Amino acid sequence: MAELNVTPPLTDDIVEKLRAGDDVHLTGVIYTARDAAHRRMIEALEKGQPLPFDVRGQVIYYVGPTPPKPGQVIGSAGPTTAMRLDRYTPALLAAGLKGIIGKGGRGPAVRQALQEHKAVYFIAVGGAGALLSRHIKKAEVVAYEDLGTEAIRRLEVEDFPVIVCNDVYGADLLEQGKAQWRRAEVLQG
Amino acid sequence: MSGLREIDVGQIQQTVARLCQEAATLLPDDVLQALRKARETEESPLARKVLDQILRNAELAGENLLPLCQDTGTAVVFLEIGQDVHVIGGDLNEAIKRGVGRGYTEGYLRASIADKPFSARINTKDNTPPVVHTEIVPGDRLHIKVLPKGGGCENMTRFTIMLPGEGKKGITDFVLRTVEESGGNPCPPVIVGVGIGGTAETAMLLAKKAITRRVGQPHADSETAEFEQELLEKVNALGLGPQAVGGRTTALAVHIETHPTHITSLPVAVNLQCHSARLKEAVL
Repeated sequence: MAELNVTPPLTDDIVEKLRAGDDVHLTGVIYTARDAAHRRMIEALEKGQPLPFDVRGQVIYYVGPTPPKPGQVIGSAGPTTAMRLDRYTPALLAAGLKGIIGKGGRGPAVRQALQEHKAVYFIAVGGAGALLSRHIKKAEVVAYEDLGTEAIRRLEVEDFPVIVCNDVYGADLLEQGKAQWRRAEVLQG
Repeated sequence: MSGLREIDVGQIQQTVARLCQEAATLLPDDVLQALRKARETEESPLARKVLDQILRNAELAGENLLPLCQDTGTAVVFLEIGQDVHVIGGDLNEAIKRGVGRGYTEGYLRASIADKPFSARINTKDNTPPVVHTEIVPGDRLHIKVLPKGGGCENMTRFTIMLPGEGKKGITDFVLRTVEESGGNPCPPVIVGVGIGGTAETAMLLAKKAITRRVGQPHADSETAEFEQELLEKVNALGLGPQAVGGRTTALAVHIETHPTHITSLPVAVNLQCHSARLKEAVL
């Protein structure tokens, strides 16, 4: 379990150094998108239209923040359940997306696509919305403003804490964790 | 004088608005204590880091009046209305709704409710309508509880009706399967609410009420309290841990509520509450 500082855009070199369980601090630009924005982006891809931002090498953070108070960059901003975005993910990975931050595990199709296209899935701590928001230094809406909390935002983050969940080698932190800590003798009792 | 105690809807509306805002930012003491204890007993280094972030988050949220979590949830409101209360000055349900709307809008909380659930799904912009559960009780007080319920954990709710003979073993298997399959989605460490008995909707509501009990307070009935303990040990033996990274604490507590049920029936509902177990109450 290493502790690493990483700055997007991510390259093959960078993602090949990341292993499931690594503690990573992200500094630089990441983009937000969740359900509604993903639907629109997939539609754009299917119609051969450009995406609202160049996804190649980028990191998408699955978040819908609370509205900022006056003087705040962004409201509370923790990750949302990633599995809901599974159906949209392989196409974005094929288009060059290199990193995703969410909560909870991904299904087999996404895990396979992550390996195939050399991209990493990170988890951030769900429910740590206040803490995570303090690592976001700038936030601006770059697309789909009408979606409100679900708009695509460009964030500038500093030491944003994430954990590598699925690396490019097929390892899965959540499977590893359960296998290590499960106590079968208590469950059978 | 009729002996009824008058309560004005204006006061109810203001109280609901305040409770929404407090619940979003101030984690209850019993939840904090349970999280601290989990941190002390956790053996996985990664799980300890996760719990450190959760605890630090609660500090930051409380100090700066920031929402603990960006999913400020569906406003679930429990009303216990004393039968000697007379609500005056307007429509009680409207007052609750307006209180939630203003609490969320003025508190910079997230609007997370969509109308037209099976079609256009249009955001209602002020997090209304709330979900309201009302009981009439003896006395002349109005007890209001606001439980902001996040979607992540709520979406992992499961319900079934078993054969009576499946009993404790069937219920245990169902609870364990529900927690295990939900993985990191409900944001463990969770509080597991289990509703057993009644008719279908009773069991569901009991499971929701179960998570409003103070964390780790055992059921008053010793047989039920024992079952709660057994379930807690087994849930934690799953090894999911905080945020499912692997560890000793998957659940902070298991609370069971029961109700007599049909002789052919065993309804069982499991409602999970995330570690951001928000709850604020007031008595008028």
